[in-house]
Amino acid sequence: MLNPDSVGSTFAGTESITVSQSEIDAFCAVVGETDTTIAPPTFTIRITLTQFEEILTRPEIGLDWSRLVHGDQKFEIFTPVKAGDQLTCTATIESYRVAAGNEIVSVRSDLRKGAELAVSAWSTLVVRA
Amino acid sequence: MEVGAVLDEKVFYLDRALLKQYADASGDQNPIHQNEEFAVSVGLPNVIAHGMLTMALVGKYVSDFAGGAANVLEYSARFIKPVIVPAGEKVDLTISATIAEIDGDKVSLTLSATSAGVKVLGMAKAVVRK
Repeated sequence: MLNPDSVGSTFAGTESITVSQSEIDAFCAVVGETDTTIAPPTFTIRITLTQFEEILTRPEIGLDWSRLVHGDQKFEIFTPVKAGDQLTCTATIESYRVAAGNEIVSVRSDLRKGAELAVSAWSTLVVRA
Repeated sequence: MEVGAVLDEKVFYLDRALLKQYADASGDQNPIHQNEEFAVSVGLPNVIAHGMLTMALVGKYVSDFAGGAANVLEYSARFIKPVIVPAGEKVDLTISATIAEIDGDKVSLTLSATSAGVKVLGMAKAVVRK
């Protein structure tokens, strides 16, 4: 079970992430995107889901990642992501509830290039009963 | 371009190879997207596509409409049904959209995504600069 005291808290990701051209190329290839100068709109899930897993499974937070399904997802893109961008990620646990034994957690991640907010992404994650 | 206009439909085809390719590109190696035995053991009918793969493909549709990914400002969806991908098959992901709002240079789309006739994304919307 998620520690309810963590709701409302913001956690920093482990380190800054440098986006590589090969990562963007691989993502573009899946969807058939030929313009690889800019990351596709959902590319940053590659960063944020990994960061969420690292943060939310910390012992003091306690989410069970093994029974997780993805409920919904939203992106707001202020600046497109490109190769060479150095991004830092924070995750904020915005809400948490239990319904029919399922844990429903809404998490927002903010990806910044330096001080500038590049992408905010919201994920609703459901830990199945 | 006017509110209510319906955009051209596009169909993508998903197979197990694409799921593996997306797993590598996204870093999401959850076995429910690759291993049938495992997927069935956790109560799924078969291997299912990553919801985010579905969203990535619909994102390509949105980028194409917008004239490039740089013009996609907002994009959201709810994962309501899985896209089921049996071994050796190619399953459809059929996408269409309606123009919901035009506000200056911002255009809002209501998106539809189905597979085998079943709606797989709910509340799917995008805002693009056009």
